Amino acid sequence: MKNEMRNEYFQSPSLIGNLLRTLHVDIPLFLGLVLICTLSFVILYSAGGQEINVLIRHATRMGFAMLLMIVLAHINPRQFQSFSVLFFAGCVLLLLAVAVMGQIGKGAQRWLDLGFFRFQPSEFTKLSAPMMVAWYLAEQPLPPKPKHVGIAGALLILPVLLIAKQPDLGTALLVASSGAAVLFFAGLSWWFMIVCVLGGIALTPLLWNFYLHDYQKNRVLTFINPEADPMGAGYHIIQSKIAIGSGGVNGKGWLGSSQAELDFLPESSTDFIFAVFAEEFGLFGCVSLLFLYLLVIIRCFYIAVQAQDTYNRLLAGSLAFTFFVYVFVNIGMVIGVLPVVGVPLPLVSYGGTSMVTLMAGFGILMSIHTHRKVHPV
Amino acid sequence: MDNHFAVKDPLEESRIFLNRVVAAFVLIILIMSGLVVRLVYLQIVGHEHYSTLSKDNRIKIAPLPPTRGIIYDRNGKMLAQNVPTYSLELTPERIENLDETLKNLQQLLAISDDKLEQFQKLRKRNKAFTSTPLLQNLTEEEVAKFAVVRPYFPGVDVYVRLVRQYPYADLSSHVVGYVGRINEQELKTLPSAEYRGTDFIGKIGIEKTYENQLHGTAGYEEIETNAQARAVNTVATTEPIAGSNIYLTLDIDLQKIAYDALSEYNGAAVAIEIKTGAVLVFASRPGFDPNPFVAGISAKEYKALQESHDQPLYNRALRGQYPPGSTAKPFLGLAGLEYGVTDFGHHLFCPGYYRLPNVEHKYRDWKKFGHGSVDMNSAITESCDVYFYDLAMAMGIDKMHEFMDRFGFGRKTGIDLVGEVDGLMPSREWKKRFRKHAWFPGETIITGIGQGYMQATPLQLARATATLANNGQVVVPHLVQRVINKDTAETFENRNPENLGLKKQNVDNVIAAMTNVIHSSRGTAGSLARGINYHIAGKTGTAQVFTIKQEEKYNEDAIDFKMRDHALFIALAPVEDPQIAVAVIAEHGGHGGTVAAPIAGEIIRAYLNQNKASANEK
Repeated sequence: MKNEMRNEYFQSPSLIGNLLRTLHVDIPLFLGLVLICTLSFVILYSAGGQEINVLIRHATRMGFAMLLMIVLAHINPRQFQSFSVLFFAGCVLLLLAVAVMGQIGKGAQRWLDLGFFRFQPSEFTKLSAPMMVAWYLAEQPLPPKPKHVGIAGALLILPVLLIAKQPDLGTALLVASSGAAVLFFAGLSWWFMIVCVLGGIALTPLLWNFYLHDYQKNRVLTFINPEADPMGAGYHIIQSKIAIGSGGVNGKGWLGSSQAELDFLPESSTDFIFAVFAEEFGLFGCVSLLFLYLLVIIRCFYIAVQAQDTYNRLLAGSLAFTFFVYVFVNIGMVIGVLPVVGVPLPLVSYGGTSMVTLMAGFGILMSIHTHRKVHPV
Repeated sequence: MDNHFAVKDPLEESRIFLNRVVAAFVLIILIMSGLVVRLVYLQIVGHEHYSTLSKDNRIKIAPLPPTRGIIYDRNGKMLAQNVPTYSLELTPERIENLDETLKNLQQLLAISDDKLEQFQKLRKRNKAFTSTPLLQNLTEEEVAKFAVVRPYFPGVDVYVRLVRQYPYADLSSHVVGYVGRINEQELKTLPSAEYRGTDFIGKIGIEKTYENQLHGTAGYEEIETNAQARAVNTVATTEPIAGSNIYLTLDIDLQKIAYDALSEYNGAAVAIEIKTGAVLVFASRPGFDPNPFVAGISAKEYKALQESHDQPLYNRALRGQYPPGSTAKPFLGLAGLEYGVTDFGHHLFCPGYYRLPNVEHKYRDWKKFGHGSVDMNSAITESCDVYFYDLAMAMGIDKMHEFMDRFGFGRKTGIDLVGEVDGLMPSREWKKRFRKHAWFPGETIITGIGQGYMQATPLQLARATATLANNGQVVVPHLVQRVINKDTAETFENRNPENLGLKKQNVDNVIAAMTNVIHSSRGTAGSLARGINYHIAGKTGTAQVFTIKQEEKYNEDAIDFKMRDHALFIALAPVEDPQIAVAVIAEHGGHGGTVAAPIAGEIIRAYLNQNKASANEK
């Protein structure tokens, strides 16, 4: 009698657990994501002017993204591997199409409009680029030889340039770093990386003079000295620093952000949402949020280490690292240590496209983890 | 090929991978710690500082638009200034019922529907907390009227604003232009930081050409606001830098003489200082009053201006393209001399018409029974057409085009005023390209007297005359003499040192013939010689009329006048030491000698007298 009672009592949570497991959902990762997403509703309610409609749209998008994640988690990672080349080629073609249409339309063009459906091919490229590089390197003996590094770099350069030309510097940066991360995890030599960094520094003046748009230059200049242009581009950074700094250790409390409320802080519910969060929840809140992100990153790395073949390992490592780059670039720009490049705070910022890609990435990670062959010990 | 022999080593690969994950993780921890350090810096160290900025008093940044530069003529007379005027403005955010407020205001002060519409347009573009003008240039009476009822209109205020004003109105309108409200298209391309707080931008004329210099640099004010976002106190101010003042080369008194001399004629007069390229007179009649454009001209008024028969908005001096007629002859004559096609003493018999061999068609001279025996001197003096028909045939269109092109016919002069047109100096290539036809010899003949396809603006004629007077040293006309701001003064001189390399003797001969136009008894503009103790060289011209407007209504009273030829005249003076070059066009003036020449004469006389007077003073 007693035993039966106890069994039933313990069975109900494991029921959910079983359900998630059959859905190929990784429970620790899933929990971390749910926590961050929950938090995003709390912040967004305050940052978005306490509008229920904003929350509903956010929830809809999140629901769709979660669904996509679960669907992808269900797919065997071998399918991803064999799909990599086609997916990548498709993305590059779409990017070219967007570039050509942009030429015709004379202006910035990121969207491909299929009439019933609009999307940004650059978003998909965030996934297809690391998949392609991982696919290629998985065929080679590792660590990669210079020739293989060269080929991998050549694969990356076209989509990155196309995206940067759109111009979407933030996404270009994320695509480039996701590809570079694969090379790094494959064992790219340290010397090579040092040479690249030095070369990059040497190339900066060239890039500055011939490649960057005026407004992009402006952003960098403004980042170096925001006070120089407080009416224009520097306004974001100045106001964001005021918001964060005035939050103090404990914050002003939920719904207490005066900066966002009085319209001082622009983009308060999208790229600069972290400033609102920092104002309301203070240093404690900020460190907790960073810790939450760190937990998710740790779990992703755990999945990567546990992965059983090269492709999965490299892809998982890259996805984990790119997630971190997201967090770093966004928070870095909001607190004024990086230039403003237009990267959202992952899973928290309002606006759909990046959330869908991120969740898709987590879906792939879950698929990698839940489709391992369990060896008898 | 070596990778064929290299073998994948799964154990080694996973070892490398594990190393790299550890490395990445260390990097991530380091960076995250960096972020936390920065947050500590902002939220603990800087907390007090940022709190004061944010808490009770919040800093708002308000733009301080710069004062627009003033435009003067060469003698320091103000052509465009900023005048304080009363402006009735609404701040939509503070108004509960905007529609009703507008209705009440409309009853109180006569506000046209036009103004209301403009206001609505502006309001949609502005933020709700910015003050948007409804009515400008309020009279003292209107201000008083509103002051009485002000308490009943929260959110409605009367401000004193600087508004652009053009004291010479129609006299300077085609040079100075005007400013108007920044429209949506301009908003997209303007540097937003520089134009925050600025409502006006140069639309045409010098106001547009020199927009960058006139505008200045915006400043800003850091204002403390209280919890209701209302300004409490100014923390810091970065003063705006006023726009540069501009001195034009234009002499507004001379401009007035030219404008008045054109009297009942529509037309244009341009006078250029030969040594410098400074434009002294740039008159296009009729002008228009630019002042209503600043406040926002009503659709009705604008329509009236646009549809007026006299086309007051049309800048004839800059954009009017007329067949130069006989005024082209001195230049074509010079071309003949320079190419060695003819010489100055070469004689020809003019029977009153010219005929190509084996062709029946007669090209008539303006003098029915001919000029008799003519050389280039008398051909220019008496404006013999047959001589130039013959010269044109001898020279051919290619050489004519080449030479006239160097004199600036068919190309922009490069004056510092937006909207200049090319004019037209026809060539074989031009006709093939734009008319899809081969060139006919008959077209060469009529080009020889400045008719046919050839078209020139008054500015181009004046410039060509000045270049001739300058012995082939090219004159580039310019309107701005000095741009002066707080620190620097920029002065513009003749900007093009190009020399056409003409033979001095040829130039002297042609100018001598042009002097005879005025000072010989057979000249076509003899009246000018009276009462002057120096010599003027000139050339008359008449241009056959092309209809100004295609779909013009038939008007019995006007038709006779409209059929009359345009009167043209170019001149340079004094011949002894050329200082001023003039081109005048009087639309439907009939004869160049009787209508256009006296206008040029007045400008020259006034200019040289003025010069003499100032020389005496020294």
